[in-house]
Amino acid sequence: MNAVISLPLVGELYSYDLWVIATASLVGALCGVLGCYLLLRRLSMLGDAISHAILPGLAGAFLLSGSRDLAWMLLGAGVVGVLTGVFTAGLHRVAKIAEDASMGVVFTTLFALGVLLISFAARNVDLDPGCVLYGLLEFTPLDTVVIGGMSIPRATATLGAAAVVVLVVLTILHKEIKLVAFDPALAAALGLRPTLIHFVMVALIAGVSVVSFESVGSILVVALLVTPAATAHLLTDRYARLLALSAGIGAASGAGGYLLAKHVETWKVDGTALGTSAAGCVCVVGAFFFVAAALASPRHGVLSRLYRQAALRLRISREDILGMLYRAAELRDTGLSTRDLRGGGGNATTLALAMLRQRGLITRADGLWRLTTEGHATASQFVGTHRLWESYLAARLGLPPDHVHQATHRAEHFIPPAVREKLAQDVRSSQRSESPLTDPHGRQIPGP
Amino acid sequence: MNELLRLITLQDANTRLVLLGTGVLGLAAGVIGALAVLRRRALVGDALAHAALPGVCVSFLVFRERSLPLFLLGALVFGVLGVLTMNAIRRFTRIKEDAAIAIILGSFFGLGIALSGIIQRLPSGNRSGLDGFLFGKAAGMVRDDVTLIALASAAALLGVAALYKEFKLLGFDRAFAGSLGWRVALLDFILMSLLAIVTVVGLPAVGVVLMAALLIIPGVTARFWTDRLAPHLVLAGIFGMLAGLIGAGLSAVLPAPQSALSRGFPTGPLIVLVAGTLFVASLLFAPGRGLIARWSTARSLQRRIHDEHLLRDLYELQESASFKAGSVPAPSIGQIAAHRAWRMVPLRNAIARANALGYVTQTRGTLALTASGREKSLRIIRSHRLWELYLHEHAGIAPDHVDRDADLIEHFVTPELLAKFESQLALGDADPIRTGAAMGVPLSLHPPGASAEEAPR
Repeated sequence: MNAVISLPLVGELYSYDLWVIATASLVGALCGVLGCYLLLRRLSMLGDAISHAILPGLAGAFLLSGSRDLAWMLLGAGVVGVLTGVFTAGLHRVAKIAEDASMGVVFTTLFALGVLLISFAARNVDLDPGCVLYGLLEFTPLDTVVIGGMSIPRATATLGAAAVVVLVVLTILHKEIKLVAFDPALAAALGLRPTLIHFVMVALIAGVSVVSFESVGSILVVALLVTPAATAHLLTDRYARLLALSAGIGAASGAGGYLLAKHVETWKVDGTALGTSAAGCVCVVGAFFFVAAALASPRHGVLSRLYRQAALRLRISREDILGMLYRAAELRDTGLSTRDLRGGGGNATTLALAMLRQRGLITRADGLWRLTTEGHATASQFVGTHRLWESYLAARLGLPPDHVHQATHRAEHFIPPAVREKLAQDVRSSQRSESPLTDPHGRQIPGP
Repeated sequence: MNELLRLITLQDANTRLVLLGTGVLGLAAGVIGALAVLRRRALVGDALAHAALPGVCVSFLVFRERSLPLFLLGALVFGVLGVLTMNAIRRFTRIKEDAAIAIILGSFFGLGIALSGIIQRLPSGNRSGLDGFLFGKAAGMVRDDVTLIALASAAALLGVAALYKEFKLLGFDRAFAGSLGWRVALLDFILMSLLAIVTVVGLPAVGVVLMAALLIIPGVTARFWTDRLAPHLVLAGIFGMLAGLIGAGLSAVLPAPQSALSRGFPTGPLIVLVAGTLFVASLLFAPGRGLIARWSTARSLQRRIHDEHLLRDLYELQESASFKAGSVPAPSIGQIAAHRAWRMVPLRNAIARANALGYVTQTRGTLALTASGREKSLRIIRSHRLWELYLHEHAGIAPDHVDRDADLIEHFVTPELLAKFESQLALGDADPIRTGAAMGVPLSLHPPGASAEEAPR
């Protein structure tokens, strides 16, 4: 076999590797799409519950049918998967047990039953708990079927078929699933039968768990059902994009995980090449995507939020400095020292002063800061807004003059030009005098 | 039989150890788990058990030594790390609690599997007994394991005893605890750390998933038996201990399945299945909260309601008939059924019960109230009509709207309440519509079988 692609850090990839990558991406995309529903219903742990609970379904189907045929496995897992959903909901509703606790009771008990059944069944079959847990992603291309003259890994073919089923169901029920995910009560009121939709989704998840099992193992299903969806949830606020992003991130985790595992194989300890579980690496890459999104998502990321807060703080600090310097010049024709300006916020003030000086709005002489001509124009605009708002509060809300400053001090930073223009008109009409306008303290309102 | 005897008399030293270990573990896991369930963190134990795996691997990679205490130390570190990450996700991102738990579970466990994959391929590798952490091997417990379990359990239980009041408030009303100035986040973290300690020592015994079961199931089971926290915790401990003892005992007694994988009957699953059986038994049979008890309460209430409806129907039919004909005919069963749209089975059952109690006499398909039946029916009809009058006069509800409401309430009006109604409605005056015919029973606001004009005014 010839190398198809060569990548840095990973080395040469053969068509064998590409099949594994395709399989892993397919699992990632499938679980990613279905996981969005669980995430929005706040039932993320149901993926964990189902993927454990179907174990007795698998073992039972094997014990009854005597074959490891996929159809039997799907049937057994589907039945037990839906039963898990029914029991969980039933315990929650009838016995008034919290939903997470009832889920915990149901799936652990079923899992224990499954382990026990397997230990009976395992005499003559390779239903090995280890295999169920980790899967054998690396070896999927070894088992092939011939479809249309092409030799395709069996796992890839079944996953492809599962993808078609999931896509068809999700397309047909798109509107219903969306509504049930966001507002089951409204869905019920509209006659959409949310319980039925819910169990359709549970059955799909159980089915995908089973077809994914052999290739990637249960733990990977659990991770891929929640992490890509949560990552996508950090990146968008729209449902259609959530689905697409989650599928993409899931696929990228699958592919990236396998590449990471290949990269680990290039490590050497004492001359021996290392290796690792590809399924585990897929989880790790998925977690990496999540952490990246949690930190750097433009809208919901921790760092982006910190940056926005810092930027706002700096702007407020700059505007406050301009206002203070303007008033000092107006009242006493003097400048202010850094200490006068600092007030409460230390670092922000220092940085804001540096920025203002760099923009040529303020200058420093004899340890005192003063506005430049340009700075005076900017500051008068800002102080004007402040005094307009004060006048407005006094005239329209009837606040006494000594109560308007504090309220204005907060609002002044958030008044856009259009609002300022309206305020100016309003104050002009209420004062009815020839210019100039004055604020409730009797000071002149500067600015255009 | 011989084996059972050996088990019960605890002759086998190994069995004794295993029973001690699983029993103590079940006790501690039950108590801590009950608190976690109360705090709505039931599945955190599951996530914790999974999150501990990379700790075991890292510990092996760092110390290159197969020592249980070092493994457990690594597991504990990663378990606590998992809890902290979970809290950070919840606090600093828009991701909700359930997803945070699942993310930690999947990611940490995946990392653990990747690391254990590396360890396996190391020259010195072969998974270093890591599989035991996944599935547990209670039957292979040695003295040191049991000592460790006992120490960790004692520490966890002492922690619960010391912070009982705090955990109690934390579980029931977190916001109130915060308003008292308690460091709620810190208390939460302590509770989760205690959970982590118990989980980690339990891993080698029962494995990852089944440890989660031991934490959740006893706490939920105990909830069926009591409404008070202290008995709840004690019961959860007892249920956990029973599950551990019986499960381990069964695994020692039952013949091993002839399997290539396991040498004995797997202990962990048996413990969980015993816990599950205790749960199902409590779900069904617990007094008060159990399904059967609740079902029988609902059933006897339903019967009483049917009985009272039958007596009221008879009174009302006689009343309306006497307006017309001046006599008191006995209504037929068909007439009764039509009067309230009865379904036949409950009606026949109610008639049979009334007959047995001597409230009615049945002659050729017609029913008549006996003296005692009439007396009893008067009580019910008074309750119904006084409530109607009360609604009408004090709540301003129209006469044709009060009947359904009174239908629901009449069965629950106590004699004290009736007396109150009577005094408030001042039934002593001579208004005929209010004092009515017999024994202080007011006439109906909407007499059956009579239109508004015919009503006795």
